[in-house]
Formats: sequence, C-alpha cells, structure tokens
Amino acid sequence: MQTRPRWEILSEAAIEAVIRLCGISAILFVFGIFFFVFREGAGFLFAGFDPKEFFFSPEWYPTSQSRVRYGVLALIAGTVSVTALAMALAVPFGIGAAVFVSEFCGPRWKEGLKITIELLAAIPSVVWGFIGLTVMNPLIMQIFGVPIGLNVLNGGIILALMSVPIIVSIGEDALKAVPDSYREAALALGVTRWQMVYRVLIPAAKNGLLAAVLLGVGRAVGETMAVLMATGHAVTIPSSVMDSVRTLTATVAAELGEAPVNSEHYQVLFIIGILLFTITFIVNLTADLVVRGVRRR
Amino acid sequence: MFQATPFTRRKGYTESVARAVFLFMTVMMVLPLVLVVSYLFYQAWPILSLDFLLEVPRQGMRAGGIWSPLLGTIYLVIISLVIATPIGVLAAVFLNEYARDSWFTRTVNLAVVNLAGVPSIVHALFGLGAFVLFAGLGKSILAASLTLAIMTMPVIIASTKEALASVPMSFREACWNVGATRWQTIRHVVLPNSISGILTGIILQVSRAAGETAPIMFTGAVFYKAIPEGRLFAYGLFDQCMALSMHLFTISTQVPDVPPALPYGTAVVLLGAVLAVNTLAIVLRVYLRSRKKW
Repeated sequence: MQTRPRWEILSEAAIEAVIRLCGISAILFVFGIFFFVFREGAGFLFAGFDPKEFFFSPEWYPTSQSRVRYGVLALIAGTVSVTALAMALAVPFGIGAAVFVSEFCGPRWKEGLKITIELLAAIPSVVWGFIGLTVMNPLIMQIFGVPIGLNVLNGGIILALMSVPIIVSIGEDALKAVPDSYREAALALGVTRWQMVYRVLIPAAKNGLLAAVLLGVGRAVGETMAVLMATGHAVTIPSSVMDSVRTLTATVAAELGEAPVNSEHYQVLFIIGILLFTITFIVNLTADLVVRGVRRR
Repeated sequence: MFQATPFTRRKGYTESVARAVFLFMTVMMVLPLVLVVSYLFYQAWPILSLDFLLEVPRQGMRAGGIWSPLLGTIYLVIISLVIATPIGVLAAVFLNEYARDSWFTRTVNLAVVNLAGVPSIVHALFGLGAFVLFAGLGKSILAASLTLAIMTMPVIIASTKEALASVPMSFREACWNVGATRWQTIRHVVLPNSISGILTGIILQVSRAAGETAPIMFTGAVFYKAIPEGRLFAYGLFDQCMALSMHLFTISTQVPDVPPALPYGTAVVLLGAVLAVNTLAIVLRVYLRSRKKW
C-alpha cells in the first residue's frame, strides 16, 4: 500500500483553502460594497440627516447659498417614471419575443435571433446614451414638436432597448424549462400554438417570466450613463412624458465629481447609493426567490 | 378531406395573427440594433482611419484622434482581466466542484447574482470609498481596474460554472478511480474539458469592462490627460488615464464645439470593439461546441 507524499497532501489542502476563499469572496464583495458605501455616507446619516425631508421633499438644492435642501422625491419620481415607461415597452415586447424565439421559429432562426439578442445586450450604456443624445433627441423634437427631446420618453425608449435582451433571455429560459410533455398534451388535444402558449406555457412559466421582468426592472433602475445623457437635467416631478427629469443614478454620476470629499453633499450622494443598492438588492433577491420557487416544483 | 368549420377557420386566423404579432415584436427588437449600428457607421465613416486611432486628441479634444483613451481602455481591460479571471474561475470551481447543496452555497450563489445586479454607479461609489480613499490608491488605473474587476467577475463566474457543469460526472469518477485527488482531477480533467466556456466568459468580461463608464469615472479615468503619441507604455499603474467610454461621454456632453464626426468616430470604435469581441466569443463557442466529443 503506497501512501501519498506529504507535500502532496499539504498542497491539496492549500489549494482547497484558496478555492474556498475565492468562493467566499463573492459574499465578501457584496458586504464590502455595502460597508464602504455606508461608511462614506455614515457621517451625515447619523448627524443632521432628516429622513422626512429626504424622502418626501422634491427640493434638491445641494449647493444652495441660502439653505441647502436634500429632498430626493423628484429624483425618485424621475427614476420611477423612466423605469415605468421602459417596462411598459420592454415587458410586452420582451415576453413576445421570448415566446417567438422559444415556440414559433425553427432551430436555425432561433440560433440567429439569440445571437442578435446577445449582441444587443453587449452595446455599452454610454453608446446608448450617445444614441439618445444624437439620434432620438432630434427625432423626438421633430415628431412631437417639443423644444427639447431629452426627456422621459427618450430615456424610457433607450432603457427599454437596454433591458429587453435580459427579459428575452431569462424569459426564454423559463419557457424552455416547461416540460415538453405539457406541449405534447396540449397539441394532442388539437389546440393551435397560440392557444398552447396562452393557456399552457404562460401559466406554467409565470414565475420564470416574473423573474425576467424583475431583473429587467433591476437593470433599468440601476442604469446610469444612458439616462444621464438621454433624460435631460431637470430636477422636477414630471407631469408628462415630454418633461425632462433626472434619476437617482444620474444625480450621483453628475454631482459626485463636484462635491468636495466628506462634505455633506458628498455624503448625501453616498446615501443615495445606499438607497439604490437596497432597491436593486431587494429586486434581485425577489427574482431569485421566485426562480427558486419554480425549481423546487 | 375535412371541410374547415367556422371554428377551425377562426382558430387558424388567431394563430396567424398571434404569429405575426410575435414576429413583429421580435423584429422591433432586432431592427434597432441594425439601424443604430449602420447609422453610427454611416456618420463616422469620413473620420475612420488608422490615423484617427493613433493620434492623440488635440485642441482641447476638438481635433486629432483617440490614441490616449484607446490605450487607457486597453490598460484598464487587461489589468481588470488579470485580477478578475483567477478569482472568478476559482469561485466557479468552488461552486461547482466543492460546494454541497447547503444554505452557505445558496448564499454564495445569491451573492454572485446580486453582485451582477448592483448598479454600476454604486460600484463607482464602492471603488471610490474602498480603493481610492480607504486603500489609499488614489484616483489611479489600479483603483479603476479593481473596481471593474469586481463588477465584471460575475460574468466569468457564470460562464465558467456553466462550462464546469457540462463536463460529465463519469469523467471525474474515472479520474478519482485511478487515485487522483480532487484538485488533480480538476486540474487535469475538468478544467481542460471546460476551457471553451471559461474563454467565452473571459472574452465577455473584456467586452463588459471596455464599455463601462460609471465605475471608472471617479476611480481613475479623467477627462483629459496628455500622453506622448505612439508610445505603448505611456501610463503607469498609479497614473490616471483617459478611457474610450469616458471620452465619448466627455466630447458629446462636456466639451462645446466638437466637430460631430469625432464623437461618432469614438462611438463606432468603442461599439465596434465590443461587438467584435462578442462575436469572437460566439464564434468560439459554436466552433468548440461542434468539436465536443461527448
């Protein structure tokens, strides 16, 4: 009976420790992100921070000479309006495209369309922002006769195009996960494909589709450069899709460079960061729980 | 032959309507990609040349080329790749080969999903707080690359995990049976057999890292930095740098009176590079899948 050399046992243990450490690192990074963002914002959060003003006042005057005010209601309204419009466009189109790719087209087309979706997802957000600025802006001004085309509509369309790929690919996965026996049973009863999709597949895959929508929302809420460039710079609560707005993410990106380190303004921007982190964390967690619900069944 | 009843006719009619609607929705998704890319190329065509790539920006970025931002992006991508790849691959090895189905494994998986979902601007805040200020790296290429590495790591983890999972269990069992240890099996059987998936992940990481703007804006990238033309090692690890994505943002929003061809050219170079890298990943995947022996 031959035993392993001692160094081999030791190196095995060492490499396993390294691998475990790398596995744990993902958790460390998420905690690290929260910790360091929190750390920078903590100074103001515990001294002088007024949650009532922060959440319910639309007055965002971080550099006012007379009285600074840090109300993010208008910014939240900006994020919500752009995200809502984006989802109103992206959800039907995304789910529709997922159904088409998964159920209506042949294998060759399917492969081609999936590649196209992948490429669409790869376009950098700053390029989308540039498209909003140079293509959509004049287009909106011409079609609707408004003085400026950098508004909720512009940002919403850009964000919709950005979040559609994720909805399609996760939605398609969800439809693929429905067992073929469901399809066979439905088709054996003489239904058409549309009836099968509407009556069998969508109810069976509804959790996966919901997760796809949630991930799309998460993407849209967190998007920064595209909305910074495409929605104009107006801290107002929008009353129509032709109003310019500013989102939470765009505010941080636009003002962090000018706020002196450790000033109140700087710390408030980190508090907005905590808010964004929390929102996307909850959205992603929910999506994950919804998907896990599907798997367990 | 059966005679079509009104019922079957109506059924066939809704079927074709549904088909048309779904097709329309898919086309509406593909069309923008084609239109936008061709429009950008059309606008940028006059300026695209080798000189445009190799000249530094001049006259307050209103003339010249994009050498300095291009070089900066290459630096950022390579350094973030070097940091993210080993950690990402080993994390995937842990998740697929070592971890049992426990609450801990689920937490790690959840953390990976969340890491991918954290908004890019929050990554920027994190990079500023952790690397620039806390670790004392200052605004530098290193701090920006570390931020990018953490941001893009989930891409590598996800595709490596998928590749490892597709290696049949029997391969591992055969290797264990001849007396190999866990790590020897991974090193000599599992990793070589999943190299294509890992490469795909790395390539996708490159494309993601090249396109990001927000995370590097406050951690290392600057509006303008003068570097000598034609030198490959113009930036040091602790220097600030220009980057293509940031340069596009700067010249399209921050600098007045830029000739319109310049931002279009920058956008096309950035977009072209990202799409080319992604196409490479797709080609590689299709090719290696066709050669798979099991």
